[in-house]
Formats: sequence, structure tokens, C-alpha cells
Amino acid sequence: MAFLKVENITIRFGGLTAVDSVSFHVDQGEIVSLVGPNGAGKTTVFNMLTGVYQVTEGDMEFMGQKLLDKTPQEIVKLDISRTFQNLRLFPKLRVVENVLVGMHIHTHYNFFQGLFHTPAYRRQEAENIAKAVEILDSIGMGKHINDYAGSLPYGDQRKVEIARAMATDAKLLLLDEPAAGMNPAESETLLQFIRHLKSIGYTVLLIEHDMNVVMNVSDRIYVLDHGKLIAEGLPDEIANNQAVIDAYLGGEREKHAED
Amino acid sequence: MKNRFGSVRENGFLYVFEHFVDFFKWPLVAILGAALICTPNFGFMTPANTRIVIMIILYAMLGMGLNVLIGYTGQVSLGHAGFYGIGAYVCALAMTKLGWPFWPSLLAAGLFAALVGLLLGLPTLRLSGTYLSIVTLGFCEIVQMILKQWESVTNGNYGIRNIPKPYLFGLKLDMKNGGLFYLALALCILTGLACLAIRNSKSGRAFMAIRDDELAATMMGIRTSRYKILAFVISAFITGIGGGIYCVIANSYIEPTSFVFNTSILILSVVIVGGLGTVRGMVFGSALLWLFPQVFRFLNEWRFVIYGVLLVLMMQFRPQGALGWQSTLPFRMSRAARKRLKERGLDAFIPGQGREA
Repeated sequence: MAFLKVENITIRFGGLTAVDSVSFHVDQGEIVSLVGPNGAGKTTVFNMLTGVYQVTEGDMEFMGQKLLDKTPQEIVKLDISRTFQNLRLFPKLRVVENVLVGMHIHTHYNFFQGLFHTPAYRRQEAENIAKAVEILDSIGMGKHINDYAGSLPYGDQRKVEIARAMATDAKLLLLDEPAAGMNPAESETLLQFIRHLKSIGYTVLLIEHDMNVVMNVSDRIYVLDHGKLIAEGLPDEIANNQAVIDAYLGGEREKHAED
Repeated sequence: MKNRFGSVRENGFLYVFEHFVDFFKWPLVAILGAALICTPNFGFMTPANTRIVIMIILYAMLGMGLNVLIGYTGQVSLGHAGFYGIGAYVCALAMTKLGWPFWPSLLAAGLFAALVGLLLGLPTLRLSGTYLSIVTLGFCEIVQMILKQWESVTNGNYGIRNIPKPYLFGLKLDMKNGGLFYLALALCILTGLACLAIRNSKSGRAFMAIRDDELAATMMGIRTSRYKILAFVISAFITGIGGGIYCVIANSYIEPTSFVFNTSILILSVVIVGGLGTVRGMVFGSALLWLFPQVFRFLNEWRFVIYGVLLVLMMQFRPQGALGWQSTLPFRMSRAARKRLKERGLDAFIPGQGREA
């Protein structure tokens, strides 16, 4: 049984078919990349997986559970978590508080226990803070736990987003262009970190334009163009696939190439 | 000046100030507490001044209530005078018509306002921003209408008279013995502590996450609708309690015109001038807005012009509010949290240890 199985998902916005009958699967412990030119529908796939958009047709399954008709809140409880293409941190909260928000669904005390700071609250908070610091330290953000998320440089904000996604205790992380806005040294560190995620048991579905990251970290790659899957395979196969080269460098029509 | 609090030149005034206050926290609390306890005996506490001081305390509390909604959750309300009026009338009616003692009446005022907050919170789930403001504005007007028109219960425009004074363990609380001052003060302090406790809990973080980015909050598994309603309920509860306090300090007499749109705006001004999202700001904002018209009494009607200019300048140059700064102190960790960090070999991240110069 596949870990994540997506079958023929389609979404239409009015007359526009943004994603057209796309199927793919991710096995446990894999790093799978979803690439394609801008506007190909990659982020839309993420939005369907996480319940932001309702799928028009098709089926999605994660660890034997149907993902269709589930709210984002239910999906995150099934252990899928994501980051965003254009940063969506909580800028006025501290870095450590951002990660604590990520632990929301695993914070087991109610409003009144929080109001009166009962022993249950104290225990849970202490445990969560330690865990949040541990996650941030593992991603090299330990020094910044007290900083306000909005005041961090772009690259660091991306790391906090990944830390926040990890804090949900997800098994599958959907990373939407984590290397965007990073310099080569930073994206090299990110590459190492994504490998580290795999080694500690995470499964990663990655959208990325930085081909250095994609080619070096992916176990398998899927290529989307105009909402359709045009290729899939190992990094080497994709790099030499004519359809992919056409999509990126433009066959008949000039398109934007990212790398 | 270079010392344990850092230097003004290198770290900035705020850093030094906050670290200084944090270091002398308990002595400062003791001094302030002693001053507040003695306040009713001070020479300047004439009956008129006592009333102003109590209003400052009351509006600080109302500000804290609205702050839960606007400052924490990012939902604007222009209708808080509605909850305030509901609280005042429920408390007054419970005492005069049902003959209840003050304390259960006060609780009823808070709970009833909270219930109305729950109902008002429901339609707001689909609304935000300007639309939400309009709904809350309409709510305020509806409450006003009910207070004026439902004469058999609210006595219409005549208001409710002869509201008895509260008793605590057989002791009558009034203006002369400072009892009402202590009553307002105690409830305001409790409210402030409750707001801080909420802010540092899962619920408070959920509120602020919704304020900062609702979609991201949803993706973290936060049931945003539920938390928005919760914010409405908490906010309405605090404001209802404030109304209950008002009904016993207002010369034993309340009328509908005390709970109009202007009152909503005054509460909103306290929150915005003081500093959105902070508790300290509510106290400051309330003091500023109540003292300004008193201190500049000699300017006659010009004081309202200056008052307006002051608010405009404030929004232009300090939109975060007078005391709305982001703390430069490290994230506060309980002893239990520090202990756990130590156990995991993360000592370096415990605030106050391994801090760079």
C-alpha cells in the first residue's frame, strides 16, 4: 500500500482546468519532487492535498485514509503538514511561539486549564517549549528562538516555517519552494537538512525550482506542465527527458526558466 | 551607562528599560501595590477625582476586554458599548427587580453578555474587516433600541434608579470608604492577569495566529471559527463584568445613553492609543484618554480639537500605540521548561544563560 496515493485528481476553477487528471504516489521515507514551470499547478496540488481546495474529480489516500472532503484541520491531524511558497509565518509572534502554534493539535489542555495555569498546563507547556527549542536547534535556528518571526531574514523565515511544519508531528512534509530566496550556501545547507529529515524518518514531497536541490535530494521526480503530468522518473531520467526540456526551455512558446 | 541592563547606546532605551523593570519586578510591584492601596486616602481623592480614577480603572478593564478581540484575534468590534450596556442592565435589574446580591448579579452580567457574544460571534465567522465592523455597529444600535423601547423591563429612557451598593462580607462598598475603588481595581487586576495567562496559553497563541495569518493558522490545525467565537465570548464576558461594575459606581443610576456608539469608540480608542495587544497599554490608554480632558480643562472646547489632533498624530507616528512595543526581553520560560531544556542538553538556549553581551 502506498503511503500517499493520488489518483486522477482534477480541479476546475470555472472554465479553467488548473490540474488535469494528475496521478502520483509517494512511498514512506522517500523524497519526491514536483517540478514544472510557473503556473503548472504544483501549488494547487498542495492546496488540494491539504484541503484548501476541494478536488473536482479524483481520489487521494494517505496511509489508508481518504483525504477527499476533509478540512485542513482534519488533514493536519492525519500527519500531513506543509510550508508555503510565499511565507506565511505569524510575524508578530516569536520564533519559538510560531513553533508552539505548530504543536497546537498536540497540546492537550483546555481553555480553563490554560487560564488558571494548572499543573497539566505547566507540564504540557514545559514539554512543548523543550521540544520546540529542540526542533529549532536541529534546523540551526536555536539562536533565534526569542526573535520575532517577522524580523528575520527571508532564508531564516523559511527555516522557521519548516520547523513549524515539523512541530505538527507530521509524517509527510509538503515543502513549497523551500529554497526560494536562499543564496547558494544557504540552499546547500537546506539540501543537507532535507536529507537529514529523510534520515530521521520524514517523508518529503517537495516543490522546488532550484535544480541543484531537486537533482541532489530527490528519489523520484514528477514534472507538471499546464496542469498535466508530463514526465516522471529518477533525477537522471528527468534531466534528459525531451518533454521536460521543451516545457522548461520552451518548445513553440517562450517560457520562463527558473534555473 | 553600561551595566547588567545593557547600555542605552548599544541596546537602545527600551532594552535597558525593560531589563531594569524586569530585574526590579517584585520591588516595583510592592511599591505600586502599596501606592494603590493607599490611594483612597490621598489628599487629591476628592469625590470628583475618585470618580475619574475609578473610570480610568474601569476603562482599562474594558480595553482589556476589547483587546482580546482586536489586539489578540484581529477582529474589529465597534459594538462593545452593547456588551457594556447589557452587563450594566443585567446587573442592575438582577439587583433591583430580583433582589439578588451584587456578586451573583455581576456574574450574571458577565455570563449574559458572554452568551450574547456567542450569538453575535456566529454570523461573524463569515465576515471580517469592514463587514464585521458594520455588524457590530448594528449590534450596538440594537442594544440601544432595546434598552430604550422595552420599557416594561428596562424602564426606557428613564433608566434604572436606586441601584443598591455592593456588600463584601457585610461591609458596604461605596465612594467614601474607597470600597468601589478597590472593587474596580481588584477586578481590573484580575482581568489583566487573566489576559496575560490567556496570551501565554494555547488559546492565546491560536488567537494571535489567526490575527497574523488565518490560512496558516488553519493549516496548523487550529479550528479558527471556534477560536474566533471564543474570543468574542471572552471579550463580551469581560465587558459585561465592566458594565456590572459601572452600574454600582454610576451614582446608583444608569440610562441607555451611557451605552451609545461614542462609548464603543472611547473603548476602541483606549485599545489603539494604549497599544494593541498589550495589557500595560490598556491602563495607559485609559489614563491618557480620561486625564487629557481634565488636565486641559482650561482650553475649553479647544481641548477636543487638540484631542483629535493628538489621535491623528499618534496614528501617524506611533501606529502601534503608546506602549505597543514588542518586548526585548527573552521569551519567558517556566522553571519546568528550563529544567527540561537542561535535561536535553539545550542549556545554551535558556534565557539568561549563554546570552551574548
